[in-house]
Amino acid sequence: MSTSTLTAGLGLKPQHFDAALACAEPGLWFEVHPENYLVAGGPRLAWLDAIRAQHPVSLHGVSLSLAADAAPDTGHLKRLAALAERIEPVLISEHLAWSAWRGTYLPDLLPFARTHEALVRIAGNIARTQDALACRIAIENPTHYLRIEGNDWGEIDFLHELTRRTGCGLLLDVNNVHVSARNLGFSAEAYIDAFPADTVMEVHLAGHTPDPLLGQALLVDSHDAPVAPVVWALYERLVARIGARPTLIERDDRLPPFTEMLAERSQAHALLQTLKAACA
Amino acid sequence: MNSELAHFQDGFVQALLAPDADVQADLRALVDQPGFSVYRNTVLKGCIDALQANYPAILRLVGEEWFRAAAALHARAQPPGDTRLLLYGMDFPEFLRSFPPAAALAYLHGVAMLDRFWTEAHVAANAVALAPAALASLPLERLGESVLALHPAARWAWFADQPVYTLWQRNRGTEAGGIDSMDSGDELVWTGEGALLTRPAGAVQWTALDAAGCAFLDACAAGRPLADAAGEALACDAGTDLASLMARLLEAGAFCHTPPCPNPPLAKEPA
Repeated sequence: MSTSTLTAGLGLKPQHFDAALACAEPGLWFEVHPENYLVAGGPRLAWLDAIRAQHPVSLHGVSLSLAADAAPDTGHLKRLAALAERIEPVLISEHLAWSAWRGTYLPDLLPFARTHEALVRIAGNIARTQDALACRIAIENPTHYLRIEGNDWGEIDFLHELTRRTGCGLLLDVNNVHVSARNLGFSAEAYIDAFPADTVMEVHLAGHTPDPLLGQALLVDSHDAPVAPVVWALYERLVARIGARPTLIERDDRLPPFTEMLAERSQAHALLQTLKAACA
Repeated sequence: MNSELAHFQDGFVQALLAPDADVQADLRALVDQPGFSVYRNTVLKGCIDALQANYPAILRLVGEEWFRAAAALHARAQPPGDTRLLLYGMDFPEFLRSFPPAAALAYLHGVAMLDRFWTEAHVAANAVALAPAALASLPLERLGESVLALHPAARWAWFADQPVYTLWQRNRGTEAGGIDSMDSGDELVWTGEGALLTRPAGAVQWTALDAAGCAFLDACAAGRPLADAAGEALACDAGTDLASLMARLLEAGAFCHTPPCPNPPLAKEPA
């Protein structure tokens, strides 16, 4: 399926399955973390099959650990490939981060220095993943909380080089840009303006919260709040430059009713429709 | 030789999981930044949230504060190995068994086992449950030598000293799935209990199962024929009504729909 018909989608949680199944909004699609469906059988897969029969679905992985200094787990890749074959996702994405290391899984998206060595390793891991899945994947820009020494590459150049070496695409998370810019002290606008337009396969929007102890000095990419106005502004700036792209509203915690999520989603949908109409 | 990236990752993991351990000198500048605690908190919260989701009856029995404190200790000692957090916590029942603050709550181990059984039954492979009628067509003399395959979702256990099934069922929250009728207002009788969890289709179901029934299923799981399984059940309780036990097991969907196969024929004599 082509992504060109997609407008705005929603991250899907089990609590919203029934409402999601019944929803018939035009252009609507759903994104799930594949890790929750990499099982042998049972109701989870049946739910996902049912959603997939009604709506396009994308798979947004959180645990392939592409930035670990190790190849992705072959068992995981195999299961992911089987899931992809089953539900024919419209997109598959992963993060520029690591989370599994020497047999331990650390449920977060961990940072690293963007060295030449890391670039070679990650490019190899992306290529291996794309081979296993027989498709192009999109890599998401990370959220930063730490100043790490020893970077040989700027982040945008690093991501761009990965696309050049592997043919992968990029997933631009606008909230991550805002949170990282605030935490590390760079210009979010400059980052958005410099991001390579032709590689962006998907855009993410999500909410963030100030750290409970440090407040505004440290923002946390918590995915537990509506998209902030400042992030909407960055998003409008982005799509004004690069045009309409499939855009996802992510929400992982403190889930509101489905109708509230849908209202937030319609804001992105309306913007994308306007852009598409202008280009038509 | 370790690469620079591997060296960094070794140090980072150590700093995440063991905050009091000596942090690698070259990581000190990172760990001392306020942002490092975001990673520490997120990793630990991810593990604890997963345990809380996977052990709802334990959560209800001990309360959220107790649960999360115990889960944090377990997560630090045994972080997930699998990236599928819905499967995390296989060793949590054992952890509870040997957790000193839980010494007075000896039933937690069994209740946690049933929570774990639920997870395993929930994600097990799909299979068509053996219909009760499938055995009816078998001649009686062949029945005893039949070996029945267990349904991939079937899980059972007998708890000799505690009413683990009742405790679990009453604390599994609002989920439907109990086949037995049980009034939660009934007084708890402190006696041994067993449970059978199945998923013949759709959602996980559960029912009480006595020691003889559990012995019967243990024998089936070991690949032994029905006659042997019946012997185990009778050895456990000479008064076992085998026909009614078999009917209950079939009704619950404990077996898988493969043609009931008699013992393999003896190998042919070489020609």
